[in-house]
Amino acid sequence: MDVPILLLAGTGLARGAIFAAFALALVLIWRAARIANFAQGAMATVSCYVAFHVTALTGNYWLGLAAALVSGAVLGWVVERGVMRFVDRSNPLAAVIVAIGLVMVLTSTLAIAFGADYRPMPAPFPREPIRIGDVAVISPYSLFVLAVVAVLMLALALLFTRTGVGLAMRAAAFAPEVSRLNGVRVDRMRTLGWTLSAAVGGLAALLVIPTELGLNPHAADLLFVYAFTVAIVGGLDSPVGAVVAGLAIGVILTFVTAFAGATFAPIAIVVILLGVLLVRPQGLFAAREARVA
Amino acid sequence: MSVDAPPARDEASPPAADPLRLEHVTVRFGGILAIDDASLAVGAGHVVGLIGPNGAGKTTLFNVACGIVRPRTGTVRVMGVERPRPHRLTGLGVARTLQGLGLFPGLTVRQNVMAGLSHGAPGAAAGLVGAPASARFLREAAERAEAALARVGLAGAGERMPEALPYPERKRVALARAFVSEPRLLLLDEPAGGLGAAEIDELAELVRDFAGGERGRSVLLVEHHVDLVMSLCDRIAVLDSGRMLATGTPDEIRDDQAVVDAYLGVDVDGEDAA
Repeated sequence: MDVPILLLAGTGLARGAIFAAFALALVLIWRAARIANFAQGAMATVSCYVAFHVTALTGNYWLGLAAALVSGAVLGWVVERGVMRFVDRSNPLAAVIVAIGLVMVLTSTLAIAFGADYRPMPAPFPREPIRIGDVAVISPYSLFVLAVVAVLMLALALLFTRTGVGLAMRAAAFAPEVSRLNGVRVDRMRTLGWTLSAAVGGLAALLVIPTELGLNPHAADLLFVYAFTVAIVGGLDSPVGAVVAGLAIGVILTFVTAFAGATFAPIAIVVILLGVLLVRPQGLFAAREARVA
Repeated sequence: MSVDAPPARDEASPPAADPLRLEHVTVRFGGILAIDDASLAVGAGHVVGLIGPNGAGKTTLFNVACGIVRPRTGTVRVMGVERPRPHRLTGLGVARTLQGLGLFPGLTVRQNVMAGLSHGAPGAAAGLVGAPASARFLREAAERAEAALARVGLAGAGERMPEALPYPERKRVALARAFVSEPRLLLLDEPAGGLGAAEIDELAELVRDFAGGERGRSVLLVEHHVDLVMSLCDRIAVLDSGRMLATGTPDEIRDDQAVVDAYLGVDVDGEDAA
């Protein structure tokens, strides 16, 4: 069998970049509010529906992409200000239960409004691989995904390391009470974390859906499961961990799918997750104390 | 008089002039009476000590002043503002250190100190779009942080991580973070905790330098190290079981039999003091 190693690696990296972006969205909320946002997938799906309709109305994919970002940000803001802010922080399960409730509300609303059928979403670039000679290398769409996620990572890195608000967000994530005493508006940083996270999550889901069956109210469910695993493997506190683990798991899953079949991919994910939880439960890139905090 | 039960004030300035003024504050945690009708004022330019046995309520009173703990009764005025919220304190010219270190583990030493200037940072939108004001703020904050680090003897340590420094130096980082905003009221919660004798002397110099450097700068110091409190403070308040036991000058406190019985013990002139 002639195995297109380069193509698999490129596709895996692109897939992993999407996992990384979505995992980063989970990490952003965890750092901002110490909440594992189980509603991230459903919220991202809402953004994709907005993008789908904007693209359909205007015929312009890029307007749809912008709409996904904006609607994601607005939804994140609304969810934090309207729901999560009122959740009892002393009980870690409270936010999880509310998030699961939010999943039910959002997916049911989408199903009622738009039906449960899969709707094909166009990709802005071809998914057929570029060939160099007889060798399939990578598809233009995978290149596009890698470029978008790279720009996104760079923008977030600049935000967190080169701006005052980034410094305040990091401080608030590490020690909210101390941050307050130093003049940080911790509640605002929390809202900003949710807003950014939901925008990033929406973008990541928009990138993955053209490679899957299409858009339906549960379109981002599997992405959430993979990205959640990535976030745990990398360390819920670690943006770098999300990126590295995302890329690695994307490549591993692609190769497992190619060589062993798609049914083995979920098994591989569980094996990776169990292995990391057994050996380094705080995640590969997170400090032990950070996870406990 | 700087530390005082408000009705007995004898200074000429009006109460509003005090950077910090707590009047008849009562705090309950469930059924526990943590602070019982305590009053405390820190006048402009004064260094005030707050001492008392463990569990007396010193940190709780600090937290009331900072807006972290809400009193059941009583009034709190900080820099003339009624019960300001914690995030407003640095903007009002108030800085606080914590009983522990209170440093941010994932930030460098310089970034930890820069965080003390967060109240002046441009808004989130400016940061998100990379506005010049945001870059300018960071540049100026970094310069001020370096100056504050140099002031506490940590010039050149800005790029290091706090956890890589010895404990006394981490204490200095916390102090630099309090100094960096050039506060007019400095709240120090057990700054000498974990320090050796020489380091305590250096701490005393730093606090003296701060309080004496500019007219009107005030300090409220919670500390168990009685010698440090006696040497630094103009006035001392003694808290015991949530009640204000005594207030006065260091000499008056040394001679107060109730304070000796409750906290200082015998031979307050020597090393036997608590």
